[in-house]
Amino acid sequence: MSDRHPMTGNLMSGEAQGGMERHAYDVVVIGAGGAGLRAAIAAHDAGARTAIVCKSLLGKAHTVMAEGGIAAAMGNRWPEDNWEVHFRDTMRGGKMLNNWRMAQLHAQEAPERVQELEDWGALFDRTDDGLISQRDFGGHKYARLAHVGDRTGLEMIRTLQQRAVALGIDVFMECTVTDVFKDGDAVSGAFAYWRESGRFIVFEAPSVILATGGIGKSFKVTSNSWEYTGDGHALAMRAGASLINMEFVQFHPTGMVWPPSVKGLLVTESVRGDGGILKNSQGERFMFDYIPEFFKAETADTVEEADAWYDDKKNNRRPPELLPRDEVARAINSEIKAGRGTPHGGIYLDIASRRTPEFIRKRLPSMYHQFKELADVDITAEPMEIGPTCHYVMGGVEVDADTQESAVTGLYAVGECSGGMHGSNRLGGNSLGDLLVFGKRAGESATSYASSLGGTRPQVDEADVKAAQASALAPFEVEGGENPYTIQSDLQQSMNDLVGIIRTRAELEESLREIEAFKERARTMVVEGHRQYNPGWHLALDLRNMLIVSECIAKAALAREESRGGHTRDDFPGPSDEWGTKNLVVNLDAAGTGVDLHEKPLPEMPDELKGYFA
Amino acid sequence: MSGYLLKLRIWRGDKDGGEIKDYPVEVSEGEVVLDAIHRVQGTQAGDLAVRWNCKAGKCGSCSAEVNGRPRLMCMCRLSDFEEDEVITVTPMRSFPVIRDLVTDVSFNYEKAKELPAFAPPERDADGKRRMAQIDVERGQEFRKCIECFLCQNTCHVVRDHEDNKPAFAGPRFFLRYAELDMHPLDTHDRRELAQGAAGLGMCNITKCCTEVCPEGIKITDNAIIPLKERVVDRKYDPLVWLGNKIGLRNKDYDGRTDS
Repeated sequence: MSDRHPMTGNLMSGEAQGGMERHAYDVVVIGAGGAGLRAAIAAHDAGARTAIVCKSLLGKAHTVMAEGGIAAAMGNRWPEDNWEVHFRDTMRGGKMLNNWRMAQLHAQEAPERVQELEDWGALFDRTDDGLISQRDFGGHKYARLAHVGDRTGLEMIRTLQQRAVALGIDVFMECTVTDVFKDGDAVSGAFAYWRESGRFIVFEAPSVILATGGIGKSFKVTSNSWEYTGDGHALAMRAGASLINMEFVQFHPTGMVWPPSVKGLLVTESVRGDGGILKNSQGERFMFDYIPEFFKAETADTVEEADAWYDDKKNNRRPPELLPRDEVARAINSEIKAGRGTPHGGIYLDIASRRTPEFIRKRLPSMYHQFKELADVDITAEPMEIGPTCHYVMGGVEVDADTQESAVTGLYAVGECSGGMHGSNRLGGNSLGDLLVFGKRAGESATSYASSLGGTRPQVDEADVKAAQASALAPFEVEGGENPYTIQSDLQQSMNDLVGIIRTRAELEESLREIEAFKERARTMVVEGHRQYNPGWHLALDLRNMLIVSECIAKAALAREESRGGHTRDDFPGPSDEWGTKNLVVNLDAAGTGVDLHEKPLPEMPDELKGYFA
Repeated sequence: MSGYLLKLRIWRGDKDGGEIKDYPVEVSEGEVVLDAIHRVQGTQAGDLAVRWNCKAGKCGSCSAEVNGRPRLMCMCRLSDFEEDEVITVTPMRSFPVIRDLVTDVSFNYEKAKELPAFAPPERDADGKRRMAQIDVERGQEFRKCIECFLCQNTCHVVRDHEDNKPAFAGPRFFLRYAELDMHPLDTHDRRELAQGAAGLGMCNITKCCTEVCPEGIKITDNAIIPLKERVVDRKYDPLVWLGNKIGLRNKDYDGRTDS
C-alpha cells in the first residue's frame, strides 16, 4: 500500500523522516468517556488548547453502558434530600474508607453538574411537575438518580460528545497513549499510536489528564469492554504516581449468566430500584437472611415492610435487595455456593411478578430489549437469571481531592482510574456524578497549572521518544513467542478464580505466582501482521498494563487482612477497626517490573463532618 | 444444540482490495456472530481488524454486513441461521474500507460538526428547567440512537451515489435535526438548514434506514416525515407566506430564530 495516509496525507512509517506526527497542546485528555469529555470541556472553557485522545470512536466509551442514573441530591422528588444526606450515604456505602473531601465535593456539586447537562441538550425523564425525575437505588436514602429510562449513560455521553463537538475541541479517535513523558518531575507530554495506521504521535503538553476508566478486562466474567485494560492506572504508575484502594473491586450483583456469550453483561440495579426482587431456586426471597449489622437499623426485615417502602418511604425501611452492591453480591454468591442456584448457575431476579408489563417496558426498555434479543427471555413474563460480574474498580490513582492532581506535577486522574472517592465500595449512581464533578475540576486545575507556566514549559526528551517507540514496536521484533490472546485469556481466568469476589491468602499467593509467570510469557509474546489496524498488536501493548494492574490488585488484596466493601477475605471475614483507618498505596518498584506496597493513614475527617455519623 | 463447526467467511483486505476468505470455526450455543469473529481473531488470525466495544447492542461499534444485511455483529445470533448455513461477514459498503471489517466512518463525524448546537433559553428562576414528560419523549426516541451508522450505510442516497455525500447528512442526522426541532426548549429554527445544507429533500422515504435500525427507532415516520412536513409548511403555507409579508409570525416560530 501507499506510504502516505489516504486521509491525512501523512507518512505512514514511524521511522521515515518526518514520519512522526507532533502536536502541542495545553491540556491533553486521555479517554473520551464521561470524565474525559467533561474534563476537556472544562479545560476548553477555561481557555486551554485542548485535545481528547481516545482508543475507540468518539461516543463509544464505556459510559454508554451506565444504565441507572446520576446520583445528585437535587431534591426533585424528596425535598428532604440534600448534599449532607448524600455525603453520609456515600461514606457509609464505602464503609468509611472514602476520601471524605472527595465524597463531600461530589455530593455538593453533583446537582449543578446534572443541571448543566440539561443546558447542553440532555433529555432526562421528568417528574409530574416537569422537573428532572429521580429514582431509587441501592444505598441511597432518597430517590436521587437523575435518569433516562435505563440508558442514562448513553444520554450523558451523547450530550457531552455533542457539546465537545460544538465547542470545536480536537479529538484524536482510535488513538492509544502508551507513555507519559516527563521533564524532571513534571509532565511534558505523551506518546501515542493511531490504531488505524500504526503511526506514532508525540503530544507536547504540560498537563495530561488520565480518564481511561477501569481494569475489568483483567477478569473473565466482566461487564467491561476490551478498552478496560487499566491504561491510566499503568501510565500513572510508570510516570511515578501511586495508586490507592486497588484491592477493592466491585462485583456487580446482577450480570447475565446465560447464554455464555453474554455472561457478565450488566443488568441494571434499576430493576431492583423499581421493584425487582432476588429469589433462589427454592423460591425464597433470601436477602432478608443477609442484612449486616451495619445496615440493620435502616433495612426492612419483613416482606410487608419492604414492599410498602416503594410507596411510603417515611414509615417503612428499605428492602434488603437495595443494600449496597458488595452486600448483595456476597449474598448471591453464598446462595449459589450453597446449591440454591438456577440451572445456569445464577439467582433469579424477578420483576415480572411484581410490576405490570407496561411499567417494565417503560422503565426498563433496554433490559427488556437485551434479554429478548440475547437470551430469548421476556422479562415482563419470567424472571431473569443473574450472577455477580466484575464491574468497577474503586482503586485508582491517588489524587488531590480538590484538583485531581497526582503526585506527579501536571498529571491528573479522574473518574474510574482515580481512587479515593468511593472508598471500599461505590454506590450505584455515584460513578456518573463522579465523572462530571471531578472531570470539571480536573479540566480547570490542569488549565490553571498550564497557564501558570508562561513560556517555560517542560520539554519532551528525544531519547524518551525513541525509547517509547522501541517499546511499542517490541512485540513485532520477537520470533517464535506466544500469542497475546492466549496470555490474556489465561490471566482473566486466573484473576477470576483466585482474586475474585471471595479471597483467601493461599489463593492470592498463588495468583501472584501466576502473574509472575504471565509477565514472563508476555516478555516473548509475538504479533503477526503489520501495524495497520492490528488488534493483536494493540492487545499486546494493553496486556502490559493489565498485568501490572492485576499485580496491584492481588498484592493489595493479600495485604489487607479484613473484609470490607469490595474486598472479602474468607480467612478474615469481618471488618477490622485497625484496617479501617488506613489505605494501601502501591507504586512501581525500582526495577520498573513489579509493585511496591505500603500503608498510609486515611485523611482525617473534620469534626463538623464526623457529626453525621454519630 | 451444543457446539458445531460454523462455515464462516470474512472479507479480508484494505483500500487497495481484498477477498472473502474461509474461516471455519467452532461455535457453541447462544453465541452471536461477534463471538465467532473473536474466536477467529484469537486462534486463526490475530490481526483480523474489527471494531467492537460493549458487545451488548449499546455502543454501536460492531456494524458490518452479515450475508449482505447491515447488522450489529453483537446482536446477530447464530441461532437465527441453520447450522450448515454459510455466514459471510463483510464491511459496511457505503464507507471506505480501512482494513478487514473496519471502515472509515469519518463522514459521520464531519456531518456531526455541521449541526448547530442546542440553544436553550435562560433557566427558570430557581435554576431548574421544566418540561413535560410527554414533550421530552419524542426527542428521547431519537436520542436512543447508538450511532452505529447502519442507517447511513443503508440509505441508497449515498450507498449508490457516492457523489451525494457532501450535500446529504443522512438519516442519523435527520434524527438529530428532528430531535432539536421537537425539543421543548430549543430556540433555533433549523428547518431551512435541514432542507438546504443537510439535504433532507433528497430523501424519498423508502424507509430502508428504519428497517436496519437496531434500536427500532422509527426514523422515517417519526423524524424524517414530520420534519419534511414542517419544512413544507414553512415554505408553501400561504398563511405563513402572508404572515411573513405583513410581519405576523406563526406561533410555531415563537421563541425561535433561524440558525
